[in-house]
This record gives sequence, structure tokens and C-alpha cells, in this order.
Amino acid sequence: MSLDARAPWWSSSLPRFHGGAAQILALVLVALLIVFWLLLGDQLFSVRALQSMAFQLPELGILSLAMMVTLLSGGLNLSIIATANLCALAMAWVLTTHATGAEGAMWVAWQVIAVLAGVAVGTIVGLINGFVIAYLGVSPILATLGTMTMCKGLSIGLTRGNVISGFPDPIVFLGNGTLMGVPVALLIFLALCVPVAILLNKSPFGHRIYMIGSNEKATRYSGVDTKHVLLGVYVLSSLLAVVAALVMMARFNSANASYGESYLLVTILAAVLGGVDPFGGFGKVGGLLMALIVLQVISSAFNLLNFSPFLTVAIWGALIIGVTGLSVVLESLGWRRR
Amino acid sequence: MTLAVSRPAFSPVLQRFGRSHEFWLLAVILALCLVLSLATDSFLTLQNLFDLLTSNAFVGIMASGLLVVLIAGGIDISFTATASVAQYVALTLAIRYGLGWFAMFAIAGAIGIACGAINALFITRLRISSIIVSIATLNIFYGLLIFFTGGKYITSLPKFFRDGVWWFEYDDASGTPYALNLQILVLALAFLSAWLLLNRTNIGRQIYALGGNKDAAQRLGFHVVRLNFLVYGYLGLIAGIASLVQAQLAQSVTPTVLVGKELDVLAAVVLGGASLTGGVGTVLGAILGVTLLAILQNGLVLLGVSSYWNQWFVGLTILFAVSITAWRDRRRRSAKMVA
Repeated sequence: MSLDARAPWWSSSLPRFHGGAAQILALVLVALLIVFWLLLGDQLFSVRALQSMAFQLPELGILSLAMMVTLLSGGLNLSIIATANLCALAMAWVLTTHATGAEGAMWVAWQVIAVLAGVAVGTIVGLINGFVIAYLGVSPILATLGTMTMCKGLSIGLTRGNVISGFPDPIVFLGNGTLMGVPVALLIFLALCVPVAILLNKSPFGHRIYMIGSNEKATRYSGVDTKHVLLGVYVLSSLLAVVAALVMMARFNSANASYGESYLLVTILAAVLGGVDPFGGFGKVGGLLMALIVLQVISSAFNLLNFSPFLTVAIWGALIIGVTGLSVVLESLGWRRR
Repeated sequence: MTLAVSRPAFSPVLQRFGRSHEFWLLAVILALCLVLSLATDSFLTLQNLFDLLTSNAFVGIMASGLLVVLIAGGIDISFTATASVAQYVALTLAIRYGLGWFAMFAIAGAIGIACGAINALFITRLRISSIIVSIATLNIFYGLLIFFTGGKYITSLPKFFRDGVWWFEYDDASGTPYALNLQILVLALAFLSAWLLLNRTNIGRQIYALGGNKDAAQRLGFHVVRLNFLVYGYLGLIAGIASLVQAQLAQSVTPTVLVGKELDVLAAVVLGGASLTGGVGTVLGAILGVTLLAILQNGLVLLGVSSYWNQWFVGLTILFAVSITAWRDRRRRSAKMVA
């Protein structure tokens, strides 16, 4: 059909964008660095500025990973923040009720138990999401909208909106400590990126996630138990949220039902900016990492320039439309990637 | 066809309604109402129903607009930011230049339409998916609004605006006055207008067609780009109008109060049976969806459940409802395949 020679406008968002995401972002990053260097001088590259960037990036980063794995499968997980907060509260409850009074080996044991409690809660939420989406066939937006409201409701109901604070030093160290000048939280994030990237790109499970994201029906007919894989995707997403919970509660030295809620939509922006196709099937951890660095540089530079953080949020929104729009313009000029 | 005719033909309309999503929703709502009016003295009072309508007007009005976008196969969650901008600008101008009702609504509506058009522009011209566009524009509109206003409240609203609308006053036995206020008036008009647009105009059929099958709609010669501008513009217009209704109820403008409600509205519309893949959804369903969530939360308060548990029950209801719907659809599909 001659009609199909040029893809119609609605035929999904970024059909030819994925390959070039990292390259375009690299150009954007260089441009941003030059502009900010002219405005701020060496201030942006001072040890203090770099370290504060390194402290802020991991929270959004880990949550974005949790969002990304579901996006790759053609889904979405709106419940990541609510899950993280519920898990953080579970961990915080165990820590404050048992670990604070304990001594010696029990002190260590209760901290491990606290983390395991968080993992258990996260797994349950992931199983609920996965079951409802994969086995009942509910659309991921709706299912996770439901679990998001439920998890947040549970957190609020149990804590009456209060904060649980005051954790043992090792936990606080995860969020605020440094190893040779590098924040531990950043190390956790990077250490998480590697296995997630390997899982996605080198393992059969990862290949199946991409296949489901590209064409679920075809994948099912080719003999893959897509329901089982999707269940795994949502459990994985929840487990990543648990790690985010740990880093977040450690950084604030407290847990609450509504921490970090403004991150929810930003994680989707970060993933899509990093070249993840919002309809699934395409996207790499490297692209996401690049997008996170770009977002963080903007945020830190604006902070140094004394701009309102709300302006940062507006610029983030404009950036995604700008970068995606740029690829469409380039394409219409005949410059095709891939 | 012959099979259908040979059946006893008592009211096919009612029969079809009996199998519909709306019927079950209505049944649940009526059951809930029955339980609440038996369990509490305060549920089935004029006072409570009046308060329910008034306080849920904003969500209801927004739901009527979002429904149109969902039926067209799109999604927009930037409408709360649109509403915040429209509210702030319209009331700031109204205070500075002493504008009246009409000018105020015209300004808010125009800003809403402009924001909707920006969404439609990005979605149609840049070919970015509607959810990504609206997440981005939510952040842009809201970020710029707070940046330029510093998040300041406006409390000294014009007197005529604070007084609002108070028509057909009725005093009950104890002397409590009720009347048709701005919230209820606009709520009714919004649902009426959505119903007219979707069911009584050619454009409405085109919106259903666009959401049902985009390729077919385009090949039938529907102007798909124009339809998109229309639905997103319509939602923007509704957001602008709803924002003033909300400001009138709150008696002040707080730029941070609306953003964050977008997913509540989405949940209500989807509970009403609208599908995120487009082409499906009715105004009655949207009304029932909003009603169910409103009564549920109201009922919990009246039953003395701590309001801290509100969200938990709402989440449970959403998850339960969407699961049941999906399960029924799946069973119906497999039944069709066997037949």
C-alpha cells in the first residue's frame, strides 16, 4: 500500500528513535555542559557539586530501572513509588521496634530481617501486579493504578500519615556514606545496573521481555509462556523498588507513606528520554543511564543558578518533547538512523 | 438474526442494559446506598447528598472531559496542570481588571483550549504517544506556573465570585437552605454536553470510530488530526471551566492543590467502563464511576472508619473492578470463540 510508505503519524511514538537515543543524548549533554560551564564556570565541576549530583541520582535512577523493565514488556508500573514507600515502612517498623534495642549479633540479624521483610512485601505487591496483569488480562496502567492506591492507602492507614525515623548506622550509611569519595548509594545503583543490563540483554528471560514488548501475541504463539514472564517482570520491578526504598529511607533516615511521589512520572520521562519505547520492545540500560545524567546535570546546574526546582521540572518536560521532536525533524529531512 | 427475533421480544433495550457494564455498576451503587442508608442515619439526607454532589463536582466535570479523550483512543493526564494555569490566570486578570462571569469563563476556557491544542500538536505532529506527551506537558505547565507565581495563593476573590450561584433556594423543615449552586449546575451541564457531543452529533460517531480503529477511521476520510485537536481542546476547555468551579468552592486559588488528582479522575472514568484502548465508554458509565468512588469514600466516613483508610478501600475497589471487568471480557471472548 502506498499509504503505508510513510508511517502514519499515530504509528507509535519513536519507531526509529531507539538506535540513536544515546548518541543524541550525548550531543545534548555536551551542549548543556558547554552552556552551563559558560554560565557557572568551574563551579559545576567542583567536587562538592559532583558529589551532590552523585547523591541525588541513585534514587531516581533505581526507580527508573523499576519502571523501565515494565515499559520494555509493553507495560507500565505506576505503583513503584507506593511499593517503595510501603516496603520502606515495613523495614523501618522492624528496625525501630526490634533493631534499636538489640545488641551484638541480634542487632545485625534484625537489620537483615528488616531488609528481608521489605523484600517480602515487595514480592507480594509484584505478584499481585503480575497476576492481575498477566493472568486476568487487566491493562497495566489500570492494575498498577489500583495497587498504587492500595499500597499508599495501606501505608497511610497503618502509619496515620506519620513518619518512622531513626535507623541504625549501617542502614544510614547506605544512603549517606561514601567509599573513597563515592557515595554508597551511587555504587548500589551502578552495581544494580550491571546485573539488570545482563539480565535484559544476555538472558533468555530478558530476550522474552523484549519479545513480549514487541509483539505479545506472536511471542505466545511461538511457545513462550508469556504470562509467566510478565509475572516475573512485575516481581522484578517491585524488587528494584525495594532497593530504591532502602536507599531512600537510608538517605532521609526516615520512612513515610508519601516520599518521592513527584518521581513517579519523571521515571517514565527518564526512561523514554533514554530511548525506551513506551510501547515496549526497545531500550537499553545504557540509554537510561545517559538520560539520568542529562536530567541530573540540568537539575544541579539550575540549583547552582538558584532557579526554582519547578523550572527544572518544566525543562525536563520540554527536553523530552524537544529530543523526540528533533528525531522526527531529522527523519523528515531524510536523515535516517538504523 | 432470526434467532434473536424468535426469542420473546420483551424490551431488547432493557435486556442489553442488563448485560452491560453500567448495569452492574448501578447494581453495586444501589446496594451500597441501601447498606449505607440502613447503617447510618446521615447518608440518605438531603444535606449529605447535596454535599456529595458539590464536593465531587470537580472530579465529575473533569471525568466528562477525559471520557471524550479516552473514547478517541488517547489519554491526557495534564488536565490538572491545565486547570491550575487557567484558574490562576483567569482569576488574576479578573481581579486586576474587574471582569465579570462571562469574561472569566472565556479566559479560563481559552487557556484550556490552548493547552489542549499544544498536547494535540505534539501528539499529531511529533508522533509522540499521548501518555508521554501529557506527562511532559503536565510538568511543563505546572513547573512554569509555580515558577512564575512562586506558588502564591490568591484569597481575595471578587465578591460576586465568592457568592457564586444560588438559584431556586429551598429551605427544609429545620431551615437549612439548599439551592442549585455553581458546582451542581456546571456538573450537570458538563455531562449533558459530553452526552450531546458523543451521542447526538456526527463528530461523536467519528470520535468513537477513531478510538475503535484509527486506520479505518482515516480511510473512511475522517480528518484524524482535526479530531485530535477537537478532543484534546475539548478536555482543555472543560479543565478551564472546572478550575473556576473548584476555585469558587474553595473560595481561593491554590496553584498546588489540583495537580495530583489526575489519576483519581482517570480511575473514576475507567471504573465507568471506558477502555484505555479507545472506542469504548459511555457518559452514563463515567457518571456511575464517579458516583461509586464518591459514595464509597463518603460511606466510609459516615460509618466511622478513620479517613486514613480511605485510599486503601478506593484502591481495593479499583483493583477489584478492573479485574472483574477483564475477567468477564475474557470469558465472553472465549464463549464467542467456542460458539
